[in-house]
Amino acid sequence: MSGFRLPTGGRIDRTRPVAFRFDGKEYSGFAGDTLASALLANGVMLFGRSFKYHRARGILAAGTEEPNALVSVNRGPGRATPNLRATGVEIYEGLEAASQNRWPSLGFDVGAINDRFGMFIPAGFYNKTFMWPRSFWERVYEPAIRRMAGLGNAPTDPDPDHYAATYAHCDVLIVGAGPSGIDAALAASTSGRRIILIDEHDEIGGGALGEPELWPWLDRSLADLERVPNLTILTRTTAFGHYHDNFVGAVERLTDHRAPPVDGPREKLWRIRAEAVILAQGAIERPLVFAGNDTPGVMLASAARVYASRYGVAIGKSVVLMASHDSGWHDVFALARTGAEVAAILDVRAIVDPALTARAQALGIEVKLAHSIIDVTGRRAVSGIEFAANDGSRRGCIPCDAVLMAGGWTPSVHLWSHGKGTLKWRDDLGAYVPDAARESVRCVGAGAGNWDFGSGAVVGALPTPKDTARIKAFVDFQNDVTAKDIKLAVREGFRSIEHIKRYTTNGMATDQGKTSNINGLQIASDALSRPVVDIGLTSFRPPYTPQTFGALAGHAKGALFQPLRKTPIDRWAEANGAVFEMVAQWRRARYFPKKGEDMPTAVARECLSVRNAVGMFDASTLGKIEVVGADAAEFLNRMYTNPWKALEPGRCRYGLLLKEDGFITDDGVSARLAPDRFHLTTTTGGAARVLNMMEDYLQTEWPDLDVWLTSTTEEWAVIAVQGPLARDVLAPLVDGIDLSAAAFPHMSVREGTICGVPMRLFRVSFTGELGFEINVPAAFGAAVWEAVHSSGQAFGITPYGTEAMHVLRAEKGFIIVGQDTDGTVTPTDASLDWAIGKKKPDFVGKRSLSRPDIVASGRKQLVGLLTDDPNIVLDEGAQIVADPLQSIPMTMIGHVTSAYRSATLGRSIALALVKGGRGRIGETLHVPMADRVLRVTVADPVFFDRDGARLHV
Amino acid sequence: MILIHCPYCDERRPEIEFANAGQAHVVRPADPAALSDDEWAAFLFIRANPRGRHHERWRHIHGCGRFFNAVRDTVTDTFEATYKAGEPRA
Repeated sequence: MSGFRLPTGGRIDRTRPVAFRFDGKEYSGFAGDTLASALLANGVMLFGRSFKYHRARGILAAGTEEPNALVSVNRGPGRATPNLRATGVEIYEGLEAASQNRWPSLGFDVGAINDRFGMFIPAGFYNKTFMWPRSFWERVYEPAIRRMAGLGNAPTDPDPDHYAATYAHCDVLIVGAGPSGIDAALAASTSGRRIILIDEHDEIGGGALGEPELWPWLDRSLADLERVPNLTILTRTTAFGHYHDNFVGAVERLTDHRAPPVDGPREKLWRIRAEAVILAQGAIERPLVFAGNDTPGVMLASAARVYASRYGVAIGKSVVLMASHDSGWHDVFALARTGAEVAAILDVRAIVDPALTARAQALGIEVKLAHSIIDVTGRRAVSGIEFAANDGSRRGCIPCDAVLMAGGWTPSVHLWSHGKGTLKWRDDLGAYVPDAARESVRCVGAGAGNWDFGSGAVVGALPTPKDTARIKAFVDFQNDVTAKDIKLAVREGFRSIEHIKRYTTNGMATDQGKTSNINGLQIASDALSRPVVDIGLTSFRPPYTPQTFGALAGHAKGALFQPLRKTPIDRWAEANGAVFEMVAQWRRARYFPKKGEDMPTAVARECLSVRNAVGMFDASTLGKIEVVGADAAEFLNRMYTNPWKALEPGRCRYGLLLKEDGFITDDGVSARLAPDRFHLTTTTGGAARVLNMMEDYLQTEWPDLDVWLTSTTEEWAVIAVQGPLARDVLAPLVDGIDLSAAAFPHMSVREGTICGVPMRLFRVSFTGELGFEINVPAAFGAAVWEAVHSSGQAFGITPYGTEAMHVLRAEKGFIIVGQDTDGTVTPTDASLDWAIGKKKPDFVGKRSLSRPDIVASGRKQLVGLLTDDPNIVLDEGAQIVADPLQSIPMTMIGHVTSAYRSATLGRSIALALVKGGRGRIGETLHVPMADRVLRVTVADPVFFDRDGARLHV
Repeated sequence: MILIHCPYCDERRPEIEFANAGQAHVVRPADPAALSDDEWAAFLFIRANPRGRHHERWRHIHGCGRFFNAVRDTVTDTFEATYKAGEPRA
């Protein structure tokens, strides 16, 4: 037998039938039904197969704690959601839901064979069995186990939904809108404070929704709440985590309960900061642990009452109650009022409140005290129970089609524990309750252990005369953990609940042990003969229930995942066919292929144009810092390795920046514009880091210095014009600057105008050619770029990208910090001793340069590498060895940092860091690759124009 | 998410506005050249790792940009005090 719809009662709207499908079959429910209540009303008992043994499972609960009835809801491509609790899925017209973890069908499941061989799958089975051979784990065991023991399938299509997010602030946040939460909201409302009341269900009321006698009170309270100003009520909203300083994360489900197609975001993430938090999350009824307690038709007593009174659904025609707590008696009395036949009440306690037994007698219900269920008959649906007295005598059977369990109550302390509130054990409740708070938070109602459900006895597993090694009495329904497994873990030496939990997986399923933690603890406590408090309690961690990645990610996906930084010249580059690459968050033109060109061809053309004529390059991403103040030169003198005080206005200097440990962290050319003003440049990726480092020293070490640092990276567009004809390109466009070699030598700066736009013009070169860098206000960047480009046509000007820039600088042996250095490279390692001010008593990192390991021999040094075969370009990152015939693992003496094909030199070149590299110039080394070993010769890292003649023209 | 009081802005702001900058009150020696290798190594590398009260530097990097000092409990992750750079150790 099975459930059915009662003729009257419930909060469902019987005038609005709703058609839906479950496992492909049509069913009908009413508006206000959950998938669970609607299917129960249709007589469906079987909702899924269990995780490990593939046992038939029905509905255990009516709320969020449901461990068994996990379903997948399909709302179209990319909109499949697995592992939803049927008790929380609101039905709508056309809903498509499916059961999980069964093959080929829910009724006939091949994996159910596991149940017969269950004695071979004890706790720790996977750990013990699939240890060997090690290589089998990933390829053989894990895929097979995943197929057998699984939850639902994640969708494979991209999620087409979008998700909203918001911040909210309030004086009082109340989580849980049951009677306690509603009372708390009304009590807080008198002071005009901003209140947010959150509840995870579709309507507020909590436990009162299952008690029709409270509905008039609920209606009055709702009317009162409507009159409260500054009150926000969020339904279908789960507060999933409570974080520091009363920060609560909540997800509001906006559209999943409506028939598609629907507009608007699917869910909304609320980040709520509250002055005070009131947790009114209620309590969860505990199952009792006996053989067959997972058979479809065995349910929490409170859940059966909710199905009857809230949804108008009877869960069976003839029910038996197994209780250790008074609340179950009240539940079956309520069921009796709806017309249910109560076949018997069994209570493990020998003594119960005489008022309860009297009431049962008056209703004609058979009562068996000090009795327990010892087995349940029926595999896919309950057909009866076997019972015995607690001493094993007086065994008997009772036919029934539903069994209710009333094992007492566990306060929902999840969010309380997230906020690091402490717990105390109450023997009378057999549960942990909130104790001391860290945040401004308090628990009220059943969540604090305050309820009027009566009292009960605390039991682990129910007594049974059967061999406990041969029965399956479930503790964690979702992870298929039995009392036997927990006892086995204890026998095998586990003492702490943290270990027992991990070994048995008790409480580790998607429900985080909402119905199983305390029973598991009690059974472990009994097995160890130690009090529960000595065994500990596992920690609750967010989220309270599983949440979608979509809600947590919000808009931060795809193009909005992180900002994309573009230069003022980006649009021109895009229009002119640039191929881009990402450099930190910047999008930079890598090369500009002409029709039919591949990357090597385009890069070779760009490089040769710079060497033989002129090229132009967008260098706007360079980090820029304006350093101003009377002590600006003194400050830079302390920061950089170089001397700055004698640098004359109008001159530039290559600056090398170390960290205090002596390793190179950044470099760049900087100009002195005036005695108290410098224009600093940094690497593209290092700008923010360098500014932070300088601010740190300025604010905390040398606050006496009169210096101001301003990030000007995005204020200036920078156009590098490089090549023998660079001066000819600029001459017609520039006013106010004498460009001649005598008046404007290499490494100097001038201020003037270009195309009428104010400009700082640097004569600098990262290519080894005559070069200028035009700095104009960003807003004029694109216009000046186009002017230079058209003026340069007569000279064959060629736009080039970052790839050609890399090749050109490598030909000159110029390092890129972060590519040719890795945070362990000193100026000496990189052959940059010349950049160290020898007479300076101190600068950041100077003391470290005389540390023993920094001056030791055999450090890796920057050198050039030339392959024997000039056509082979080494892999950047490839390791270098001296002897390729040595046994593996080989002794690696360095690695390739940069490698390119050089059109100028007609061969490949590479830079590398090699132990004792400068002493090895001319030596042959080897680069072992997957398929061959490459021979290389160590060379000077400057491959082209070693004396710099091309710069000074 | 923690709220941190910036002593310069005199406001409690969410932690995403701030960046941790390591242990506080580690003063750069006035004359590093006068230090032995061991003394310099201690300045460079040796830091406290207390269980409980910890003096740290923070920067209100997405706010006023100022560095300041704080006392944070490393067990509870709560701030006991924040104070301006240069003020005595709290």
